[in-house]
Amino acid sequence: MRGRPMARVKYYRALNRALHEEMARDDRVILLGEDVGASGGIFAQTRGLYETFGPARVRDTPIAENGFVSAAVGAAMTGLRPVVEVGFEDFLTCCMDPLVNQAAKLRYMLGGQVSVPMLLYTFGGGGVNAGPQHSQSLAAWFAHVPGLKVVMPATPRDVLGLVKSGIRDDNPVLCLLSKKLIGSTGEVTGEGDDTLVPLGAADIARQGRDATLVALGQMRAPALAAADLLAAGGIDVEVIDPRSASPLDMVCIAASVRRTGRLAVVQEAHAPCSLAAEIVAAIAEAGIALRATPRRITPPFAPSPFAPQLERAFLPDAERIASTLRDMVAA
Amino acid sequence: MAASSSVAPERALALYRTMCEIRAFEQAAVKGYRDGHLPGFIHVSLGQEACAAGACGALVEGDLITSTHRGHGHCLAKGADPGRMLAELYARADGYAKGRGGSMHIADVAAGVLGANGIVGQSMGLGIGAALSLQVRGQPNCVVAFFGEGASGTGIAHEAMNMAALWNLGIVFFCESNRYAELSPYDTHVSVPDVAGRAAAYGFTGVVVDGEDVMAVHAAVAEAAARARAGGGPSLIEAKTYRWHGHYEGDPQTYKPEAERRNDEGLDPIARFARGAAALGLDPARLEGAREEAEARIAAALAWAGSLQSPPAAALTEDVYAGQAHGAG
Repeated sequence: MRGRPMARVKYYRALNRALHEEMARDDRVILLGEDVGASGGIFAQTRGLYETFGPARVRDTPIAENGFVSAAVGAAMTGLRPVVEVGFEDFLTCCMDPLVNQAAKLRYMLGGQVSVPMLLYTFGGGGVNAGPQHSQSLAAWFAHVPGLKVVMPATPRDVLGLVKSGIRDDNPVLCLLSKKLIGSTGEVTGEGDDTLVPLGAADIARQGRDATLVALGQMRAPALAAADLLAAGGIDVEVIDPRSASPLDMVCIAASVRRTGRLAVVQEAHAPCSLAAEIVAAIAEAGIALRATPRRITPPFAPSPFAPQLERAFLPDAERIASTLRDMVAA
Repeated sequence: MAASSSVAPERALALYRTMCEIRAFEQAAVKGYRDGHLPGFIHVSLGQEACAAGACGALVEGDLITSTHRGHGHCLAKGADPGRMLAELYARADGYAKGRGGSMHIADVAAGVLGANGIVGQSMGLGIGAALSLQVRGQPNCVVAFFGEGASGTGIAHEAMNMAALWNLGIVFFCESNRYAELSPYDTHVSVPDVAGRAAAYGFTGVVVDGEDVMAVHAAVAEAAARARAGGGPSLIEAKTYRWHGHYEGDPQTYKPEAERRNDEGLDPIARFARGAAALGLDPARLEGAREEAEARIAAALAWAGSLQSPPAAALTEDVYAGQAHGAG
């Protein structure tokens, strides 16, 4: 931090600042997506970029995710560093081919002749009653693919630092942002400070002795709230926000579990074949002795419902997380 | 052949030599495959040589191409080295993709070949991205995106042509309309007589060209590429040609009428060129010399490729990521 003043900013403003700073820093950075231009974006996340950097570098696209993500890959292969917005994470299904078969594999498949330096950001996750096609958390799909990197920042500081690092990375990076957190605030370094957060480095959001609680993406906040509830009852939980789904910082997580002897993972995604499943499996393979059976705290295996009361029951919350941890410590 | 009179004999001879190289290359590949020396599967463009040679022959240094699963001809014609291509087909470490890609992933980025591709239609999306890059970087070159009439039915074909028009990109969409998409004929895939007619829907020029006539292909692409480089935007060229072989080598082609399997029409762009060569100022001896040069080049490439080593197992996880090693082992 080098003694610079800190500022409180909103989550979406951190994204906007990261884009401004990186576009100013490097002429090769362009922005593509639906409504990223003169309109300033559906959440005002791209406001000012069109005016500052012009229509050649800030381009509204038609509603054609397959086409414009493929175009971003082609541009990344030929000297640009595209940033692509896909409005909702659920729409990644419309551009699976350019991400999975093209961006992820081209470097390997062409014998190392190219790199694909691009960052795709999108807004995902639930909690805003957006229904089954606008609420999903699909990080595990992409973490499964060699060649991609996947980050899921849950604070303004991590949005700023991970987007900036992702744009500078020479690989395709997916940045899975949270819709629910768009208006949330947090501390970041002051304007003019080049804040980077390394890809693949977890953040220990809270230190604790009794259990390790890994919280993915926007589950960070309910996990911290659960830790406060538990602390009142004398249970001291360590909360780890991996921040990157790929590479996943298993070194940090394993070191924590070795200290605490207990592991729970909370995520918005479904349990089967998920990041929670991966983390629990990796700890099992590492042979770390556990004092309680590890737990995955996830929604039920059903699509994300629209009705507010149903969605509240669907998503893990602080009370459910705390209750699971209490059971683990009592076991 | 009206357009051919303006082309110098040397240029015409070069196009002929390129067609002969593609023919010799793919015949060698087919033989290697039948003899069991080539793993995996290959898609050849025998009979379509005039498309690749004519189109790439109209390009200049700095122009780029994106190709398809049937891309050997495009890569050769744009300047890829046949030895390194054959090395890739033979799964050798010195192949263009270090033995990781095979026939469908040959690229020579330095020569402007951004790669063959195994996903039908993506050549058009990647192609507009390359054209966007040229435009943003202010580089006065163009892109040729090869595709087939089968790809014309994909969503990305529409998305890419729409965006190319919206953004006035310097790209030539080059459709090799070779009568079959995979195992089914043109009219199973395309609802109109000519793919070229689709261009009208995007507001740019679409032309049909005789894809068996290398001079006609060359003239059409030269015009479209010049327009693209000058900021005149995209165009679509549909070259009507014929795929001699099946979708893949070993395809029994039971879906083709017998007369077409025998090629009773005698479709052959190389023989066709030879028949018209005198009018281009080329005598038979020069054609024969060019053909021999081409065949000798491919024979030498084949001998070199066959002598190479397979990639070491240690190379398995190289080049998955640019920069430092990824966390996953």
